[in-house]
Amino acid sequence: MINPNSKERALELGHKPPKTDWMDTPTVYKEGIYCYAAKPARLEYVSLPNPRDWSCTAEDWQLPENWKEIILEGMKERLEKYRTFKIFMDICVRCGACADKCHFFIGTGDPKNMPVLRAELIRSVYRGEFTTAGKILGRIGGGRKLTLDVLKEWWYYLFQCTECRRCSVFCPYGIDTAEITIIGRELLNLIGLNIDWIAAPVAFCYRTGNHMGIQPHAYVDMLDFFTDEIENVTGVRCQQTFNKKGADILFITPSGDVFGDPGTYTCMGYMIVIHYLREVYGLDITWSTYASEGGNFGLFTSHEMMKRLNAKMYAEAKRLGVKWILGGECGHMWRVINQYMDTMNGPADFLEEPVNPITGTKFENAKTTKMVHITEFLSDLIIHGKLNLDPNRNDRLKNTFHDSCNPARAMGILEEPRYVIKSVCNNFYEMPRNTIREQTFCCGCGSGLNAGEDMELRLAGGMPRGNAVQYVHNKHGVNNLICMCAIDRAVLPACMGYWAPEVDVSGINELVANALILPGEKEKTVNLRDEPIWPKDVEPDEFYKRPSFPGR
Amino acid sequence: MRLNDLLEQKKAAIIKEWFNLIVNSYPSDTAYFLKKQKDHFANPVGTTILHSLKPLFDEILNGMDHKAIVSYLDPMIRIRAVQVMFSPSQAVAFIFSLKKAVRSNLKKRENQDDHIINELIIFESKIDEVGLMAFDIFMKCREQVYKLKANGERNRVFRAFQRAGLVYEIPDGKRPGVMNVLKSSNTAVAPLDDRVD
Repeated sequence: MINPNSKERALELGHKPPKTDWMDTPTVYKEGIYCYAAKPARLEYVSLPNPRDWSCTAEDWQLPENWKEIILEGMKERLEKYRTFKIFMDICVRCGACADKCHFFIGTGDPKNMPVLRAELIRSVYRGEFTTAGKILGRIGGGRKLTLDVLKEWWYYLFQCTECRRCSVFCPYGIDTAEITIIGRELLNLIGLNIDWIAAPVAFCYRTGNHMGIQPHAYVDMLDFFTDEIENVTGVRCQQTFNKKGADILFITPSGDVFGDPGTYTCMGYMIVIHYLREVYGLDITWSTYASEGGNFGLFTSHEMMKRLNAKMYAEAKRLGVKWILGGECGHMWRVINQYMDTMNGPADFLEEPVNPITGTKFENAKTTKMVHITEFLSDLIIHGKLNLDPNRNDRLKNTFHDSCNPARAMGILEEPRYVIKSVCNNFYEMPRNTIREQTFCCGCGSGLNAGEDMELRLAGGMPRGNAVQYVHNKHGVNNLICMCAIDRAVLPACMGYWAPEVDVSGINELVANALILPGEKEKTVNLRDEPIWPKDVEPDEFYKRPSFPGR
Repeated sequence: MRLNDLLEQKKAAIIKEWFNLIVNSYPSDTAYFLKKQKDHFANPVGTTILHSLKPLFDEILNGMDHKAIVSYLDPMIRIRAVQVMFSPSQAVAFIFSLKKAVRSNLKKRENQDDHIINELIIFESKIDEVGLMAFDIFMKCREQVYKLKANGERNRVFRAFQRAGLVYEIPDGKRPGVMNVLKSSNTAVAPLDDRVD
C-alpha cells in the first residue's frame, strides 16, 4: 500500500529555498557568480587606496581598520554632492515595478537581484545610519547598520548588476538603479574593493591608452594585419593613417574590436568605410594609438576615474588638431559621452561643432561633446545617397538587431542603426517588442562583468536575450545577431553558443563593409569572414543572375 | 480503471501540482513571479517550465520516445544548469517530484488497488529513467559551460600569438577565421545503453 502522505526520499533532494527575511538570509559566495579581486599593481598605478593581494572568498578582506568610517563618510559626501543619489535613496516606495525587469533576476532567480532589493541593500544602510527615523526605528523602519556581512553582501550583488538601466525604464519615479550601483561601487573602491576585470582595463587604459594594454606599435601591427585580410577579400588595400596631425576627424572605437573576434570584422568594417570616404570624397579620418580606447571602465570604478580616462580622448583630439571626433560601435562609451562628458571635461571648445563635410549636415546633438556616433554619420551618408551599396552581398545572413543597452537607453539611438542595417541587407527581423529598443535585454556582461570566471552569471543573465534570439531563429530562420557594442561582440558568441547555437554575432559596420562597393575592387565572392556571399541554399550562378545584383 | 486512464483524466491537476512543486524550489519572491507572469519573453524561465511539462508528461505516460523527452527536458535543465543556487542533484530533482504530484492526486481507494499499485511502480520507474536522462543533459550543459570558458581563453591566446607573428598556421586555402568551437556544443544526449534509438 502506498501512503500518499509519506515523505519521499527523492523530494528530500530538492532545493529548499530559505524562508528567512532578506536581511537575515546570509550571502553565500557561489563560484561562477563572483569575479576575481583586483590585483594590487592595478590599483597602485592609478593611486587607488588599499592595494593588496586578496580574495573575496577569504574570511579576511584585509580592510583598513577604519573601513566603516571611510564608507560612511564617503556616503555622506556623495549624498551631499549627488542630488540624484539622495533622491533615489529617499523616494522609492517599493512598488515593485522594477522587480521582475532585471535580466539577472529573471535568469538567476535570486531575489536579491531584483533591482528594488539590490538598491535596498544600500538604502537600508542609508536609513539605519543617516535618517532619524531609521536610527530610531531600526529594522522596523527598514534600516540596518553597516557591518562586514553587509559589506560582503554589497560586493556580491553590486557586481551582479550590469548598470544596463532596463529597470529604470519601468520605475514610475524615474529612479535610475544603475546610478545606485555606480555610487555603491565607488564607495567600495574607497577601501580597495574592485574586481580585476575592471581594475586592469582602467590601469591599462591610463598607462597605454586602451583596455587591452596594446602598445602603439602593436596597435598599428594589428590594423596592418587587417589591411592584408581586407585586401585578400576585396583586392583593395585600405591603408589607414595613425596620429595624423591636421586630419579632419579623429576616429575612436573600443580596443576590443581590434583584439577579439568577431569584433575584428567590425574593425575591418570601419577601415573599409574610412578608406572609401578618403578615396571617394577626400575625407581624412585618422586613428590614434594613444587614445586607442572608446570604452571607459572608469565609469564602473568612480566618477573621478571616469573623468580621468575620458580626458585623454579630448587631449588627443586637441593635440592632433582635428575638427571633431567620430565614435565607433561602443556601448558605455556613449553613456559617458552623452550623459557625463559635458559636465566632467566639457565643453570641448577647442573642437568644431560637428558637420558632415560630405553632406553639410550639422549634428546638433553633438554640439558640445563634439563626438558623433558612427551610425548617425552613416545614416546621414546613406540618406543622401553617398555610399554605393549592394545589400545583396549580405543575403547569406538573416539578421536581427540587439539594441545595446547604453546606446539605446542612455543615448536613445534606436532608429539610426536600424536604418543603416536595412540599407545594407535584405533580411531583417525584429525580436519581440518587450526585448528591444528601450526595453532591450542586456547581454549579461556589461559594466566590467565580461570576465571568464563568472560564466554562470553571464549565461544566466544572457538568458532573456538568448530566449528572444532563439524565438526569431525558430520563426524566421535568423542566423545573425547584430549589435553595436564591443562587449556585446565579445560575449554574445558564448551566450548564443549556449542559448541559440545556430546564431552568429556581428557588428553593423561589418555588414556595411560587406555591402560597400569599393572603387577598384575585385569581383566579390566572399565576405569578410571568408564565407561565400550567396545564401547557403542558392547556387552562385543563380545568385549572380539576379537583375538586382549590381556587383558584377 | 487502469492507471493510465486515471492519469489521463487527472492530467491537468497533476501537471499544475508538478509545476507548483518545481517553482516552489525557488525563493518565494521568485516563485511568485514565475507563476504570475505569463509573457514568454518577460518570464522565460517560468513559461519554459510551464510549456515543457505537459508534453513531457504525455511522453512518460505514452511513448517514452527518447528524442522527444530530451527535447522537452533540455530547455528546463539548460536553465537550471547555470542557476547556481541549485546543486547538481537539486537541478534535476524536479523530475522526481512528479511522483508526489501523481500520488497526491490519486484517491485513497485508488492507492489501495493492487492493480493500480503495480502499474504505478512501472510508471515511477519510467520517471526514474527520465531522471537519468536529465542527469545526462545536465552534464552536457555543464561541460558546455566549461568548454565556453576554456575555448574563450584558447582562442584569445592563439589569435594574439598569431597577430604577433609568433605562430603560423598551415594554410589550407582558407584564412583563419573564428575557431567555431562554440557551435559544436548543442546538447545531443546519446541514448541510454539499453535503448535502441
